[in-house]
Amino acid sequence: MDRIPILKFGDCLLVTIQVDMHDELAMSLQEDLTAQIAKYASRGVLIDISSLEIVDSFIGRMLANIAAMSRVLDAQTVLTGMQPAVAITLVELGMSLPGIKTALNIERGMELLKEYVKQEVDAEDVDDTES
Amino acid sequence: MTLNRETHLISVSDDVVRIRQIARAWCVELKFSLVDQTKFVTAASELARNTLEHGGGGRMSAEIVENGARRGLKLVFQDNGPGISDLELALKDGYTTGGGMGLGLSGSKRLVNEFDIKSEPGQGTTVTIVRWK
Repeated sequence: MDRIPILKFGDCLLVTIQVDMHDELAMSLQEDLTAQIAKYASRGVLIDISSLEIVDSFIGRMLANIAAMSRVLDAQTVLTGMQPAVAITLVELGMSLPGIKTALNIERGMELLKEYVKQEVDAEDVDDTES
Repeated sequence: MTLNRETHLISVSDDVVRIRQIARAWCVELKFSLVDQTKFVTAASELARNTLEHGGGGRMSAEIVENGARRGLKLVFQDNGPGISDLELALKDGYTTGGGMGLGLSGSKRLVNEFDIKSEPGQGTTVTIVRWK
C-alpha cells in the first residue's frame, strides 16, 4: 500500500502532500504521523498542501484531527501552502479549520514552529527556576 | 442539448479520486475559472464519497449542457442504496449519519449553481449538480 512520506527535521516532522489522496491514504497518514510524533518526541509538525488542488470535508477533517492529535501528544501542527482557490472553497463549504495554525509557505511555517518550540522551552526554564 | 455524455462507476475509495480528476478535466474543457473548478470538483468529491459510503456505491454521469448561449457542466450521482427518509434534515449543516462533519450535502449545495436531490427510502438517491460558465 502506498504511504505519504514523513521526514524528520530536527525536533519537527515534515510532510508534503503531493498526491491526490484517497480516503484510506489520508487515514494512514494520520496513523503514521501520530506514531512518528511519539517515536521521535517531535515538538512540531509541518504539513505542506501546496500541491493539493482540492480539500474536501473529509481531507479537512483529517487535517483538523491531525492537529488535535498532535496537540495531545505535545506537538504543534502548522499547515502551509494552501492555494487561494482551496481556501475560498473550504470556507464556502462550511469548514474554517478552527485550531489549526496556518502559514503561507514552508519557510514561514518553519519559523512559526521554531518560535513555538522555543517558547515552550523558555516556559519550562522559568518553571524550573521557580521550583 | 446534450453534446457529450459519459458514465463512471463509483465502487471503491480510489474511484472518488478518479471522479475528482474526471470532473476537473471537464471543468478545464469548459474553461471554468480556477475558483469555479475548485468549487465544482470539491462538490463532486463530496457527492462521490456520499454515493460510496451512504449509497453503497453507484455511478456518476457527466454531460455538457446548454441553455441558450450558456454552457455548463452537469453531473449526476446515482446509487441504489437505502435512500434518505428526511431530505430536509439531511441537507442541514452538521447533520450526519456517518462519521463526517455533515457538510457533504449542504456544503456541496453551496458550491454549485444548481442542486437537485431525489431520494426515497429503499429506492436509492440521485443528486444532480450543474455549474454554468
